[in-house]
Amino acid sequence: MRLALKHPGAALGIAFLAVVLLASFVAPLILPLDPLAQDFTATLDPPSAAHWFGTDELGRDILARVIAGARTSLTTAAGAVLIAGCIGVPIGLVAGFFGGWRDAVLMRLVDVLLALPGILFAMALIAVIGRSQMAALVAVGITGIPGFARITRAQVLALRRLDFVLAVEAMGGSASYSMFRTVLPNAWSPILVQVVILTSVAILLEAALAFLGVGIPPPAPSWGDMLRTGKQYLYEAPTYAVLPGLVLTLTILSLDTIGRTLARVLEDRQGAHLATLDEPA
Amino acid sequence: MPDDAVLSVRGLEVAFPGGGQAVRGVDFDVHAGEVLGIVGESGSGKSVTALAITGLLDPSARVRGSIRLGGLEVTAADRETLRRMRGRDVGTIFQDPTTTLNPVLPIGRQVIEGQVAHGLVAAGAASAKAAALLQEVDIPDPVARAGQYPHQFSGGMRQRVVIAMAMAGQKRLIIADEPTTALDVTVQAQVLAVLAERRRQTGAAVILITHDLGVVAEVADRVAVMYAGRIVESGPVEAIFHRPRHPYTAGLLRSLPRLDTVAARLLPIEGQPPEAARLPTGCTFRPRCAIGRDQTLCATTDPALREDGQASAAACHFPLTGLLPPLPRPDAGAATTKGEDLLVVEDLRVHFAIRSRLLRRTIGWVRAVDGVNLTIRAGETLGLVGESGCGKTTTGRAIMGLLAVRSGCVRFGGEDITNMRRAELRRIRRQMQYVFQDPFASLNPIRTAGEIVAEPLRIHGLYEEIGGAAYVAGLFERVGLSPDMMRRMPRQFSGGQKQRIGIARALALQPKLLILDEPVAALDVSIQAQIVNLLQDLQQQLGLAYLFIAHDLSVVRHICDRVAVMYLGRIVEQSNRDVLYENPVHPYTQSLLSAVPLPDPDLRDRTRRIVLRGEIPSPARLPSGCTFHPRCFRADAICAAEVPEFTCYPGLPTLCACHHAGPTRPEPA
Repeated sequence: MRLALKHPGAALGIAFLAVVLLASFVAPLILPLDPLAQDFTATLDPPSAAHWFGTDELGRDILARVIAGARTSLTTAAGAVLIAGCIGVPIGLVAGFFGGWRDAVLMRLVDVLLALPGILFAMALIAVIGRSQMAALVAVGITGIPGFARITRAQVLALRRLDFVLAVEAMGGSASYSMFRTVLPNAWSPILVQVVILTSVAILLEAALAFLGVGIPPPAPSWGDMLRTGKQYLYEAPTYAVLPGLVLTLTILSLDTIGRTLARVLEDRQGAHLATLDEPA
Repeated sequence: MPDDAVLSVRGLEVAFPGGGQAVRGVDFDVHAGEVLGIVGESGSGKSVTALAITGLLDPSARVRGSIRLGGLEVTAADRETLRRMRGRDVGTIFQDPTTTLNPVLPIGRQVIEGQVAHGLVAAGAASAKAAALLQEVDIPDPVARAGQYPHQFSGGMRQRVVIAMAMAGQKRLIIADEPTTALDVTVQAQVLAVLAERRRQTGAAVILITHDLGVVAEVADRVAVMYAGRIVESGPVEAIFHRPRHPYTAGLLRSLPRLDTVAARLLPIEGQPPEAARLPTGCTFRPRCAIGRDQTLCATTDPALREDGQASAAACHFPLTGLLPPLPRPDAGAATTKGEDLLVVEDLRVHFAIRSRLLRRTIGWVRAVDGVNLTIRAGETLGLVGESGCGKTTTGRAIMGLLAVRSGCVRFGGEDITNMRRAELRRIRRQMQYVFQDPFASLNPIRTAGEIVAEPLRIHGLYEEIGGAAYVAGLFERVGLSPDMMRRMPRQFSGGQKQRIGIARALALQPKLLILDEPVAALDVSIQAQIVNLLQDLQQQLGLAYLFIAHDLSVVRHICDRVAVMYLGRIVEQSNRDVLYENPVHPYTQSLLSAVPLPDPDLRDRTRRIVLRGEIPSPARLPSGCTFHPRCFRADAICAAEVPEFTCYPGLPTLCACHHAGPTRPEPA
């Protein structure tokens, strides 16, 4: 509570994300929202009591589609972050801890990934394995690996010189014990920040892929896809593109604010921790 | 005589929001040409007092009382006045010369910068004046040196530059805050000599803030002892050291290990200094005081600083009277019973490759350890002493198997463990444990103290077998900690307590040998004595052998049976403790011992101090022949050409590597 008062931006962000999450996973269970139900008597309607966000060119309820799209976006992003973290963190851990040839080989591989423009790489991958949610998820996940690997490696490099890591070796602890039980638990805070930041990047990338028409295949609803179709009706039904776009923007904004605040809070905490390390005699 | 005081502080109080009162009513005067030593442990408020005098405290600090410097009231002055005061009247020397100097400005410009900015030196004359200032602090070749940058200067030279800077112009007051704490003892001797010389020339008043009683005894005219934000005792230096009135001062002096004698046991002050935010009621020293602990007067009333009519003053309801008891005579030749050889190190060499940036080819070697021979017998303590950069920590870590050995051999209990693989070493490491210098960095910050101590047991899968939590609780008690503390995090402990945790962790596997890497160097004097006593008790109870790595020769004399002196990766002299301290034969040992300031003002001019030239050369570019010859006062042609052999010195149980080994002052034949 004290933290929320100190960081009102992040508190708002968390509140907004909570609403989005609740709406996308709980609302469909209790509300009659069908993102696929068509109604040709009411196409491109402006917002009304029956359809809060209006309807699209096939008479589908846009609010229902935004909510269903949130589900797609969030699950894709979560899967992508999971893939990126599960591959990137161990790469960074091994590279940073052992150094030497392992570091050289692994980090050059990461550099190769980093050199590929994310969206092009994702499009190429989707071209090969076809359009599906899984394809988008894997593609976005792979582009997230370098971030995790580099951040973990930097953190591990700083930690492994510290006396308490050396102390574990002096006690007779194995390399894997040092790595997983001593170094990694001390390295999680920037990794956590990266999780939040990558989630926002992944949502944006997934939307971009859908906007370009290579994301999740229709008729499944997706924010990017709605933007793409909506922009054709910008004059007839401006809310069609603007409202999903607004939700997307606010989601990204929320995640970024949370990520930034988290980084600052953890940095302060780590700063305090480092200050105790530097305490003069 | 407050009228001729350069600085006059009355009723100074400093409080920080949320941090309590750091300074609680401090009064003192400093006169021209005098050195006032302010002594205290960390958190006693001595540095905050110094910052208040220069007006450099954080703006959030609340300052009350009066600080008069000349005609100026510092507490009421505006920023511009303060700035002018700092430029013209007050010079400050901080502890760490590395961070005091700006790394991107040439030395010459920095030295004179303040003078030019205050219009005291014309810009055109600046470079000539800068060179002259450097000359005054004995920087060789000052004109060329003035164009160099701080990284091209050694630590001792940097601190001399800072002194030159602080004393430039006709400063009336110099504040030196731990000016030699970051320096080695031979370099400290140089820097203190320069400081004294410059003071004589300028007639400035000096406030010397330090925790080192030896330095105070050496340099100060008057001493003020601070404890928990107040001056608890002040007086002429002889009175403070010979007739302390306050139990804290007496306790500090008693808890100090001495270079010139050996007490069976140090007498530490119990407990911890209080935190500023949680001061005890009444006398702040009462919880640690043997006299006042049970006195109701001490528990209710904080005693005022009272003059005793002899220029001294003490803040105590029951001040001590009389002299401090004389020191015990060193009992030479107390031969300890020796066990069998536990650790044997033969011709150990640890070299680090210097690689070219581009191709990573090896282009040279840093010879950190270059031929070290040591033997430690079961149950004894071997001291390994030397200045920073001599390779003593590298030696310890190489023995422990934490670093790769280039050549030579380490045998533990008869078994060759040189360059063993990590998995094979596991077995050995149950017998041999390491205690780190820095208790703040050597404990995993995210584990509880209990988990930290239990960690070696878990690693070796012995936790349940050996007795689990009850065993760990026993270890806590053994090192003088309450088992209730097992659930606390490392950051909730003080420095001394953390070091106890480090020792408990090292004891968990019931080793035979502990490698102690500067285990008390980061601790305050009164805490240091507690840890030294603990180590001695543990050795007696458990029959441990210690390799005690340290730079503090007094502590080493107190705790060790035998001592090896290291210089640039080699042992230059090794002997039984008392033989080495009473009859050193290597010129390096002799100069090292003569450079240590003794906490006794009567011994100031006891002997001619051997001040060494220069500082330790880089181990990447070792001098030819005897590596000590460029700094040695006995060196001649053979020293530069031939490496001296490490052999027995006739008539003493001493091994020495010197072509001209011999007593400090040879007796007339």
